[in-house]
Amino acid sequence: MQFKSQAVAKPYFIAAIGLFVGQILFGLILGLQYVLGDFLFPAIPFNVARMVHTNLLIVWLLFGFMGGAYFMIPEESETELFSPKLALAMFWIFLVAGALTIVGYLTVPYATLAAMTGNNLIETMGREFLEQPLPTKLGIVVVALAFLFNLTMTMLKGKKTAIAMVLMIGLWGLAVFFLFSFYNPVNVVLDKFFWWWTVHLWVEGVWELILGSFLAFVLIKTTGVDREVIEKWLYVIVTLTLISGIIGTGHHYFWIGTPEYWQWWGSIFSALEPIPFFGMTVFAFNMVNRRRREHPNKAAVLWALGTGVMSFLGAGVWGFLHTLAPVNYYTHGTQITAAHGHMAFYGAYAMVNLMMISYAMPILRGRAANSNKSQVLEMWSFWLMTIAMVFITLFLTAAGILQVWLQRVSDTPLPFMVAQEKIQLFYWMREWAGVAFLIGLIVYITSFFVGGEEEKAK
Amino acid sequence: MSESSPITNQAAASTKRLPGDLAIWFFIMAEMVAFAVFFSAYAFTRAGHVEMFNLYQQTLDRNLGALNTVLLITGSWFIVLAVQAAHRDDQKAISRNILLGFLCGGGFLAVKIIEYSAKFGAGISMSTNTFYMFYISLTFFHFMHVILGMVILAVLWFQSRKGVYGSHDANGLESGAAYWHMVDLLWIVLFPLVYVMR
Repeated sequence: MQFKSQAVAKPYFIAAIGLFVGQILFGLILGLQYVLGDFLFPAIPFNVARMVHTNLLIVWLLFGFMGGAYFMIPEESETELFSPKLALAMFWIFLVAGALTIVGYLTVPYATLAAMTGNNLIETMGREFLEQPLPTKLGIVVVALAFLFNLTMTMLKGKKTAIAMVLMIGLWGLAVFFLFSFYNPVNVVLDKFFWWWTVHLWVEGVWELILGSFLAFVLIKTTGVDREVIEKWLYVIVTLTLISGIIGTGHHYFWIGTPEYWQWWGSIFSALEPIPFFGMTVFAFNMVNRRRREHPNKAAVLWALGTGVMSFLGAGVWGFLHTLAPVNYYTHGTQITAAHGHMAFYGAYAMVNLMMISYAMPILRGRAANSNKSQVLEMWSFWLMTIAMVFITLFLTAAGILQVWLQRVSDTPLPFMVAQEKIQLFYWMREWAGVAFLIGLIVYITSFFVGGEEEKAK
Repeated sequence: MSESSPITNQAAASTKRLPGDLAIWFFIMAEMVAFAVFFSAYAFTRAGHVEMFNLYQQTLDRNLGALNTVLLITGSWFIVLAVQAAHRDDQKAISRNILLGFLCGGGFLAVKIIEYSAKFGAGISMSTNTFYMFYISLTFFHFMHVILGMVILAVLWFQSRKGVYGSHDANGLESGAAYWHMVDLLWIVLFPLVYVMR
């Protein structure tokens, strides 16, 4: 570790992994409820399980981003963090607020939770992914501002590298676009229109900058390729992301009451969205092939290559699959969307966080890389989780194609619930793939506790 | 990734090399793909509504379009002169020509605003019909690229005033110039496609 204050990243990473486990457990409950509708009812109804599954995902990714940024910015700026104490205080505030929110979801009916937490003051609740009660949303804003203040001050007193700048733009964008979660117009079209400004402009906009910057950082460290070369690639990827991603928001504006031209704008620009992801794949492989040193942390390099490939497949290819308006006319809101969502989130954001943790954690624990034994286990977990996710995606895609056919294309369309019963086989297969994913996650966590001969710290 | 070896005019003529930075070419390729998709969408949609497209095409001001074509081609010519000036280290000519290229871009924007105000004043919007949807989308998307191109030219102008470019290093200037030529090239396709071809 080059700077003592980078150590604040450690609790963030640990919390991220803990919440990741929670997300997967609720995913399994949720997956089972697709086939056994009353499983755990009324204790954990479907809507609650779904909310906990998606909210835990968002929160663990945010913990990962924050941890990654606290690790990266001091090293890039070549100076200690502005205030490690503030970073730790924010960690506890965020963790407690997050935990209380989940406890609230699980113990109180959602409507009661809304009444208890002042939703009548500003009505922000009840919208997918942004279900958090008002105090939690305000807490997120406070934590994000303190986090950004801390990092910006660190950068101001130190070096300002391009990849750190890209990260900061991504993180500031994340905070700014979250503010749209407080804007909830009565008109349902406008509501959805601006809801996407948080949801889409996060995952297909500013988060991609965070992804690109983390990837660039780890590639510089592990391959020893010139910073200039890596920065140039990063610039190209960032520009392509913004060109395609911002107007690409339009692919969410089909059939929701917005003007028809969005079908053209949305289709054309989002058809280009795979390009930056493909750029990232080429970038990762190119840099690793041109490496000037063999870094002892092979697991981190594997995650870097993995995120390059899987983000392209999940976000790029599976996104393109249903992004054109004439296709989306049939697939809108089916299991095709769920298939894309799973592989895109795992491939882009879960994997980039796991890459950062894989690179940073050994250093935070006082060594350049983990023992060979531990790394082998970690790489096993990589393959288990990744292959399980590929199967989850394939099964959901099959379910989606069948659903589209039965419910929307055939000459005698079936009602929604009847179609759901017909595709249960795929839901069962998805659930078993989910179990394999959990096994991969257990192997991953085990790898942190495996000793053996450790690589010496640099 | 980049090549910025010192070269002379003669060397440039005799050895093949990519002017500007490889990264800008990736960027230009991506931009061109975006426009290509848009142009194809226009062509395919027009094929289904030829009469409607021909009818509304006649409401467009071809003279202003032609004037804009002249402005952009002239602008590109000035930028070529700026790059040539850099290779013979004529510092004054570099910044003068960049400025003239920038002014041509400004002229394009002014003409376009006149054209837009007539159309929008007549109550035409992207929801009027499919032809106008394409007309406004394509020209406005291009309009934004002219603005971006001018921002790049402005940066080049400030840099050239500091004497950054010359036969020792014209990489940045060539990269910006390549982008400006792309803005020109796109218009040369867009103008006949949307304003003229029947």
